[in-house]
Amino acid sequence: MTPLLIAQIGLTLFVFVMLLSSAAVMVYMERKVAAALQQRIGPSLVGPKGLLQPLADIIKLMFKEELRPAASDWIIFALAPMIAATCAFAAFAVVPFGADTTLFGLVPEGLRLQVADVNVAILVVFAIASMGVYGIVLAGWSSNSKYSLLGGLRSSAQMISYELSYGLALASVLLIANSLSLTDIVNRQAGTWWQVIPRWYVFLQPLGFVIYMIAGIAETNRAPFDFPEAEQELVAGYHTEYSSMRFAMFFMAEYINMVTVAAVATDLYLGGWHGPFLPESLGWIWFLVKVGAILFFYVWMRWTLPRYRYDQLMSFGWKVLLPLAVVNLLVTAAGVLYFGL
Amino acid sequence: MKDPIEETMPETVLFYIFGAFAVVASLLVIAQRNPVYSVLLLIASFGALSGLYVLLDAPFVAVIQIIVYAGAIMVLFLFVVMLLNAPQEDTEHDLKVHPLLRRGPLRFGAVLAAALVVELVWALTKGGGESGPFAGGAVASVAAIGRSLFQEYSFQFEVTSILILVAMVGAVVLASREVLERRGGGSGPSGDR
Amino acid sequence: MPTLNHYLILSAIIFSIGTAGVFMRRNLITILLSIEIMLNAVNLTFVAFGRALGSADGQIIVFFVMTVAAAEAAVGLAIVISLFRHHESLNPEQFRALKW
Repeated sequence: MTPLLIAQIGLTLFVFVMLLSSAAVMVYMERKVAAALQQRIGPSLVGPKGLLQPLADIIKLMFKEELRPAASDWIIFALAPMIAATCAFAAFAVVPFGADTTLFGLVPEGLRLQVADVNVAILVVFAIASMGVYGIVLAGWSSNSKYSLLGGLRSSAQMISYELSYGLALASVLLIANSLSLTDIVNRQAGTWWQVIPRWYVFLQPLGFVIYMIAGIAETNRAPFDFPEAEQELVAGYHTEYSSMRFAMFFMAEYINMVTVAAVATDLYLGGWHGPFLPESLGWIWFLVKVGAILFFYVWMRWTLPRYRYDQLMSFGWKVLLPLAVVNLLVTAAGVLYFGL
Repeated sequence: MKDPIEETMPETVLFYIFGAFAVVASLLVIAQRNPVYSVLLLIASFGALSGLYVLLDAPFVAVIQIIVYAGAIMVLFLFVVMLLNAPQEDTEHDLKVHPLLRRGPLRFGAVLAAALVVELVWALTKGGGESGPFAGGAVASVAAIGRSLFQEYSFQFEVTSILILVAMVGAVVLASREVLERRGGGSGPSGDR
Repeated sequence: MPTLNHYLILSAIIFSIGTAGVFMRRNLITILLSIEIMLNAVNLTFVAFGRALGSADGQIIVFFVMTVAAAEAAVGLAIVISLFRHHESLNPEQFRALKW
């Protein structure tokens, strides 16, 4: 049991706990930002400035009764939230969030801040995201209720449609970076041009960044693409019949998927943990700042834009976003060939 | 200096675990009455196969297996099963007797499968006992696969893209409702139940 | 230590399970799933041989096999859907129009 092995096991547990608490922090931030955008105060009673509100929410969810429709298929009914939550956590396992750190000299070889350093990391994230569709479609079907089935089918059709543009945006970054490993991609974004502009890929691929963010929002079923789970439309879509901890798992899976999309966007386009004024080993602070900015953008979008109707959503994904993503890929390929990046 | 047998121990154990999982999941796929369970078990089998590909030093194929097979083709199967609300089996007799235990299929199918296993194992292993797949060294990085795919096999690649286009158009035409109803009542379209 | 023969025997077993499924089941969707099992066994054989011979061709052929499997699954399922609309059944014994 070398110190490195112990540190890696500790890192895995740390990432797990951090993802759980990020879901809680997101709940609070969402409600506070929504309140600010709607000119009210938001949670302020539970704890100082309402900071213990997520704790109250979790305790309430834990004490609710676990309901299950009698005509539902109980094996799949219980399995669906597990699949959703597992895929949400697993996708973050290959995302690096900091440079090698020696933990104040305890680990002399340098601990990579990434649970699993795979050299096909981008593809693994994509693969696990495409497995997340199953949690939703199985939840919708196994509830044996019309609203759930419709919501589940629509939601999964939306997710697999936007996966195409997501993958093409990833492929464009891959063309420039020449590597599938997220750590390599981040390290290529170190440094600056002319001492002022950092070498982030968002400056080389602005359209790609926009496409990635839109596809990411659609993949995680967030507004304005949240028709399948909108309260006014389908009661609650695929998680209508779920209560208590199973509902909490879906809820948590959605927020953790958002965090993963934001983290991958930071790694691919915003330079990961590189930033001015701080040494490399404290780069994770910059990472947190960037991910926080993207998550704020997510919440801002939800409470500002009206939601798309389902057919508008699907036609946007196939007729606008996919051709744009293909054009982006072609222009990137032409640029790489011409400029020899 | 580690014992060479000890170094490959985890690999052997993982091979048997993934292999057993794949075989058991495939057996359960063909033994289920409910098609939804079959699809889910097949996804589990694909996961095991993906693990086997990783053991065979093919990470790209492993991930593509999850993305394409388990993530796209099986979603298609699941959609069709759900949309059709597939009935399980028809007759009274079929409902009482398990699908694999019926008389005709039992005799023919089991004999066929056993004969096939024996024949395949004989055919595949008569090439001499290869000492191990490790003889070849590290096979190919993703970059090498891509280069080979777009240089040596570029024609085949373009042909598969046309194949997918044809399949897509064909699937949309075959499954579309309006075409059936416009052709009139040849066999009486069932319409909405 | 799993040698090439281990992988080949495993893929032979999986292939025969798929074949048994095609012959023994009377549900169109399960038959299509069994065909997918067979295609996967073949993929495993290709990758194992590619690894043993040290060439990337095994993996490239797998790429094409997967593409063909996707196209075949799509068209096969479309046919199943239109058959189901006419006959309300997924039992292949119900489709007798082309039998002699």
